[in-house]
Amino acid sequence: MEFPDDLKYSREHEWVLVEGNVATVGISSFAEEQLGDVVFVELPTVGDTVAKDDAMGVIESVKAVSDVYAPLSGTVTEVNDDLPDNTELVNDDPYGDGWMVKIEIADLSELEDLMEPGEYQHFVAESDD
Amino acid sequence: MRFLPQTEETVRRMLDVVGVEAVDDVFRDVPKRLRETAAIALPAGLPEQATLARLAELGERNRAVGALSFLGAGAYQHFVPAAVDNLLQRAEFYSAYTPYQPEVSQGTLQAIFEFQTMVALLLGLDVANASMYDGASAAAEAALMALRVQRKRERLIVARSLHPQYREVLATYLQGVAGAEVVEVGFDESGRVDRAALAAMLDERCAGILVGTPNFFGVIEDVAGLSGIARQHGALTITATAESMALAAVRSPGDCGADIAVAEGQSLGVPLSYGGPGVGLFAARDRYVRALPGRLVGEAVDGDGRRGYVLTLATREQHIRRERATSNICTNQGLIALAVTIYLALVGKQGLLDLGRLNLERAHRARERVCAGGRWQARFAAPFFNEFTVRGVDVDAALCRARDAGVVAGTALGEWYPELEDSMTVAVTEMHGDSDIDRLAEVLD
Amino acid sequence: MAGPGRDKQAGLLLDEPLIFERNRPGQVGVDSEVGEGCEEILPEELRRRAIDGMPEVSEPEVVRHFLRLSQWNLSAATTFYPLGSCTMKYNPIANEAAARMPGFAALHPMAPDELAQGAIELMAELQDMLAEISGMDAVSLQPAAGAQGELTGMKMIRAYQQDQGDVRRKVLIPASAHGTNPASAALCGYQIERIEGNSHGVVEAGAVRRAMGTDVAALMITNPNTLGIFESEITEVAEVVHSQGGLVYLDGANLNALMGVAKPGHMGADVLHFNLHKTFSTPHGGGGPGAGPVGVRELLAPYLPNPRIVCEGGQWSWRGRAPKSIGRVRSFHGNFGMFVRAYAYIKALGGDGLTRSTQIAVLNANYLRARLEQTYHLAVPGLCMHECVLTDKYLEATGIKTLDVAKRLLDYGYYAPTIYFPLVVSGALMIEPTESESLETLDEFIAAMQAIAQEAVEDPAAIHAAPTHTPVGRLDEARAARKPVLRWTRATRE
Repeated sequence: MEFPDDLKYSREHEWVLVEGNVATVGISSFAEEQLGDVVFVELPTVGDTVAKDDAMGVIESVKAVSDVYAPLSGTVTEVNDDLPDNTELVNDDPYGDGWMVKIEIADLSELEDLMEPGEYQHFVAESDD
Repeated sequence: MRFLPQTEETVRRMLDVVGVEAVDDVFRDVPKRLRETAAIALPAGLPEQATLARLAELGERNRAVGALSFLGAGAYQHFVPAAVDNLLQRAEFYSAYTPYQPEVSQGTLQAIFEFQTMVALLLGLDVANASMYDGASAAAEAALMALRVQRKRERLIVARSLHPQYREVLATYLQGVAGAEVVEVGFDESGRVDRAALAAMLDERCAGILVGTPNFFGVIEDVAGLSGIARQHGALTITATAESMALAAVRSPGDCGADIAVAEGQSLGVPLSYGGPGVGLFAARDRYVRALPGRLVGEAVDGDGRRGYVLTLATREQHIRRERATSNICTNQGLIALAVTIYLALVGKQGLLDLGRLNLERAHRARERVCAGGRWQARFAAPFFNEFTVRGVDVDAALCRARDAGVVAGTALGEWYPELEDSMTVAVTEMHGDSDIDRLAEVLD
Repeated sequence: MAGPGRDKQAGLLLDEPLIFERNRPGQVGVDSEVGEGCEEILPEELRRRAIDGMPEVSEPEVVRHFLRLSQWNLSAATTFYPLGSCTMKYNPIANEAAARMPGFAALHPMAPDELAQGAIELMAELQDMLAEISGMDAVSLQPAAGAQGELTGMKMIRAYQQDQGDVRRKVLIPASAHGTNPASAALCGYQIERIEGNSHGVVEAGAVRRAMGTDVAALMITNPNTLGIFESEITEVAEVVHSQGGLVYLDGANLNALMGVAKPGHMGADVLHFNLHKTFSTPHGGGGPGAGPVGVRELLAPYLPNPRIVCEGGQWSWRGRAPKSIGRVRSFHGNFGMFVRAYAYIKALGGDGLTRSTQIAVLNANYLRARLEQTYHLAVPGLCMHECVLTDKYLEATGIKTLDVAKRLLDYGYYAPTIYFPLVVSGALMIEPTESESLETLDEFIAAMQAIAQEAVEDPAAIHAAPTHTPVGRLDEARAARKPVLRWTRATRE
């Protein structure tokens, strides 16, 4: 299980890549491993406004279903259109082709609430199944 | 105690292994106070002969069974080929449970897959589930589904001509559902939903319309017309068919623009059995598949490429999604769905078309004969399948007289529709021969 | 185990396609009277266009088709089927005969009451028997299944409290509860709050006291719980809930452990549901039909579904106008055919027979527990009731999981126990033998379980590959869910 260095992480197991004021969001390798084979992904619509910690999507495996939460507030500028028809990307490449949503960040100070890779690794180690 | 394989001797051996003195001791964690008041005050058990004798005695007092009956109102007499019940008595079918272990449940799973296919075909839609409890709860679940799918809309427009029990069940299901609102649309002189009234009621608050077809009066609704109006306002169209044999002769709900269609499947190979068990048929358009309630069986492949069937899209259901499930349904009507599947396999395409035609002809002939005497008139002008409404003087007295003559002639409508207290519905199927119809006309004259 | 392995054309495992794949134009399975008069009765725009795709198969082929399908099922009648919390007991064949008596099978639900006296009396007597068994005051048979019974019960609670001018938002539900509990409560508009059990899975009065408040409508609890343990603090728990104006819903799925031992009505339950297809021997049917009658204490009786049975001067009838009733949950009177079966069962056993059944059911479960607890980790130590929960903890080093054990059991000709439920136990394997099993069967099952544990150490690959003695092997459920194919269509088959 890897947690790339250049990303930040939320308590809901999303990763965030910050480039200027745009955040790319997906779910971490811990989350995809917990879920198992992903069979369905529901993404927000481009143009939607999301608030931090809002449920903005749904991800389903054969045996579980989970909300995907917005790690930051902002506006959805792009969603990964390849994902709904190729849900295995979430398992095979969670940090790359398995990305889900791009958000234009409304409040950069919210980044401080996210975890650094080392912090997230600890967090995961302590997580109950 | 013929159902209990254990003997005094085997019980003693097991007690030794468990490490207790007597059977009572395995309950030592149950508070004494509860143990002391738990005795069941029921008579001693009966051997099989006496049990069946008691049941036969009760059965014999259901004298409606001996009468010539033209009852409909949501349950219909149809002929069931002997093979259906014979196959249903295969213990491998009836004593199995939910096919959670698909590798050893392919019989059940493939049969459900066939059922889903047949239901989708009959209702003219893309996907059907593995069954609901009955037509009424299926209609209620369809309404809840429409509310789920149409997130910001909270209103449902329900036809007053829909079976009263279906409307009652819907009302119960909607108690406590935040925001959900039901308004009723009436019927016009033809016996159909009042189109002008419906058009006036529809707006952007309406999630869907729910219409019975054929309705409680036996009248076939103009679903194509109604769904057109609904669609203009962004509302879904839900149809509910209490007499699923009508689907053999009438244009399918899906073909007429319905988005979700439900039906009571009892007419298709299921005995009347005082109203249950029946089976709810439920189908919808593909795009709504993830909002569907109930179990779904899908095609799958094993490691060697063999085709098989599994329960699928289970994340909609209660055992995974719990309080956010699309429904709370778990056990449905599995064996009855199987009965419908076997029946439809036997009757098949041609048999259905023939039955449809036969029911139409018999019922239309019956209405003609009943109204020939002048005492009764056809109440509604709109087309009907095998159930029709007639109007006459003192319906209750006429039904009483008929009963005394050994004929249960129909169902009076006054209880649910005060303005129709001079009317009753009569159902006629392929089970009624010419002499039966003549007898009906005779006792009603 | 029937069949020499996976080759379906050999031996007893006969191959069989979908019924539609047997379609041949012109074949019929029934001979119909063809109506006279060719003129079309319905106007053109209302006529059925086509029923293409519906089967065109002869009767012998239809019969063969379904007979073959039946042979691919393991069932409670053919083998030990220890699904926890399902109570897969023997389905007496006399019950089937009773339900098929024409006096019941051919009775129309709208028949005038005076012509259906036997049916109404049967239902009234069944209501009374269930009330006696459970210690409740009144019963309605209307709900079609346990989940619908739960829905009915929660609707009644809501109606009652609304009547008192005391509408509440929340319901407390243990984490170990069956999924239908929160699903049913949510359908009534309630917010669910989870209660944790202690290390024995038991809900403690203290935990309930902390969670209870005047905005909590009810606690839903299963007794015995889904770990097979009697809720030892149930009376105190009920008191805590009642003291703050809440009500107690008891999930009666595990009633097979309590008959003649403890009555829910004496434990503080205000409403419970019965599962006729569990405790009362009606067949599971491959997924129903069941029946989920509800029993209530007097305070909730006014809210029971309409219509109700009334007896006046020896005449039975239906009354549909009780003003506080929550209304109907199902058309007509419920799954009547299942009432006939349950009635026959209770009549055949009597109070003593039901009590004995509970005793043997609990003894059987404890026997399995005692003989397997060295080999498989027991989730909760000590006596269990009618079911016990094991886990795969002792197999950790072998890489074999609960799922693998379940799949290997299929090769031994057993239906696997319930797996991964309750959710509060990791790798749960819930075994409920019921009273219908002999000591020989239990010993054979134990031997199979022990053999699998041994095989896990010696040849885990064989278990990972299991099942290999079944018509199909493990199916790719992920693929099935990604691109669902939920019906046969002609286009995809040609």
